[in-house]
Amino acid sequence: MSPLADRVPKLPTGIPGFDRISLGGLPANRPTLVAGTTGSGKTVFAAEFLARGIVQFGQAGVFVTFEETPGDLRDNLASLGFDVAGWESEGRWAFVDASHDYDEAVVAGAYEFNTLVARVRHAAETVGAVRVVLDSLAAVFSRFHDAAAVRLELSRVISALKEMNITAVLTVERTHDYDAIGRFGVEEFVADNVVILRNVIEDEKRRRTVEILKLRGGPHRSGEFSFAIVPGEGISIIPIALISMRRQASHERVSLGNAELDAMYGGGAYRDTVSFVSGPTGIGKTLLACHFVAAGVEAGERCLLQSFEESRDQLLRNAGSWGLDLVGMERSGLLRISSEYPEVASLEDHYVSLRQLMEEFQPRRIVIDNLSALERVGTKRGLRDFIVGLTSLLRHKEIASLFTSSTTTLVGAPSVTESHASTLTDAIVLLRYVETSATVRRAISVLKVRGSGHDRRIREFRIDDLGLHIEEPFTAISGILSGSIAQWPTDAS
Amino acid sequence: MGEGQTSLIAMATYSFRIYVVANRPSSRVALANLRALCDEVVPGDYELEVVDVLHEPDRAEVARIMVTPTVVKLAPLPRRRVIGDLSDRDEAAIALDLSYVGQGTDQGGPQ
Repeated sequence: MSPLADRVPKLPTGIPGFDRISLGGLPANRPTLVAGTTGSGKTVFAAEFLARGIVQFGQAGVFVTFEETPGDLRDNLASLGFDVAGWESEGRWAFVDASHDYDEAVVAGAYEFNTLVARVRHAAETVGAVRVVLDSLAAVFSRFHDAAAVRLELSRVISALKEMNITAVLTVERTHDYDAIGRFGVEEFVADNVVILRNVIEDEKRRRTVEILKLRGGPHRSGEFSFAIVPGEGISIIPIALISMRRQASHERVSLGNAELDAMYGGGAYRDTVSFVSGPTGIGKTLLACHFVAAGVEAGERCLLQSFEESRDQLLRNAGSWGLDLVGMERSGLLRISSEYPEVASLEDHYVSLRQLMEEFQPRRIVIDNLSALERVGTKRGLRDFIVGLTSLLRHKEIASLFTSSTTTLVGAPSVTESHASTLTDAIVLLRYVETSATVRRAISVLKVRGSGHDRRIREFRIDDLGLHIEEPFTAISGILSGSIAQWPTDAS
Repeated sequence: MGEGQTSLIAMATYSFRIYVVANRPSSRVALANLRALCDEVVPGDYELEVVDVLHEPDRAEVARIMVTPTVVKLAPLPRRRVIGDLSDRDEAAIALDLSYVGQGTDQGGPQ
């Protein structure tokens, strides 16, 4: 981090991913506006800001609720794994209950909206709050028609919080995901720090994102980042390429499970390599992935095989026909096979469950088969975030990995996943059908291996009951990758 | 609520609590209006507690007071809650169950 970033001290939120994109957290001792439409996750964000403060930093918090009752909030937050009632009894969490009260319906004359400062101050002093949340400003404005009076009292609350050196999150409702920040004129008090949460539908697919619009004084990452709300865990932001550009690249080489392919890589793949295997359906991508896993198991490494395409049974049967005993590998405890239809969850949720699986199983190798299947459940941008988030994590943990991806046509043209993934991965292997003399043959080519010399020739390969075998380079033809084969010397240009 | 008021409550039929911010005009007006209303309708038979939310924010929290003045009728039941300075006398009287007595009935007992 640059020295400039330290000028305005930041308070780490503890929300996974957020402190990365904000380069350290929220500006300390100041309020930040968190704006979003209904269902965008504002309350969860705000509550988690308090909860993480308590659990990770020993910082007490006050939740000022204008909308949901404390009872409802306790219940809802319990489902995210937050024991609010317990923290209340320990004096680490306090509610200021400003939720709607039906008794107040009778009005007889002039009144003032002026008790909030005293109540917030009292609650904050009682627990020694470092963090305070006001959720949501829209709710209080909709209840009291004198907007000027509400603004005045809120500005007093904000001043009091600053004076008490409290870091605050104020949520505010927006009517549209892409619109003015808020419509109550409160923004002016907290205009320095604005975070936007969105829950948008793109291509008929739902996607949650967080964007830091501005943070006073310091730099932050710009753009929208995908996130998920995970039961028992809370918010999880998918950190695009934010894992610092790595301390040191690995020099260890690992086998890909095929001696010829290892040779084409220039002696196997570096331990922290993410390899990307692209090819049309049926050409042998999954087989290559199984070889990769088998090599891992043979070396005594834990391997995770995540299939988004085939069921476990299909996978085991196919591997068996290639002479690979996945069942035995599983029994040894070194292989874990996870098979899921992409449609069961959003991309963000898939990312989070993969991450959880990695935490739990601690694999040294991972296969994702196949990325293209995920195109069905995510937007282009979402898929890119998924791949970037995942590859960053894998490199950081030095997990040797292999992703497969289908090309939409049998020859030539790349798919969406390919154009995204190719710049994000370290090594690219292309598998292609080649038609020559009315015969379909298979070709393999290593397009790039980052940080290593590699075989640039296109070789033929075949598949039998012992797996995949790479043979001699093709000669006297060109155009294999583009799909328009030409025999030499017909095309000499 | 508090045990400390038992003796007074036992004697008066009507019991009110008013949440105020002491130096605010609306709070002063409300207190005056409430006293006037009670003196007129239930003279000598009411008791009144004033809570300044700035001095007792904990009590404001328990009662979930958002605005001042807020008047709560504690007795006789049912409880009633009214906000505003009670300058709308009729509205205030109805809301606090003090209207029927004011309609010329003599010293009528509660309910």
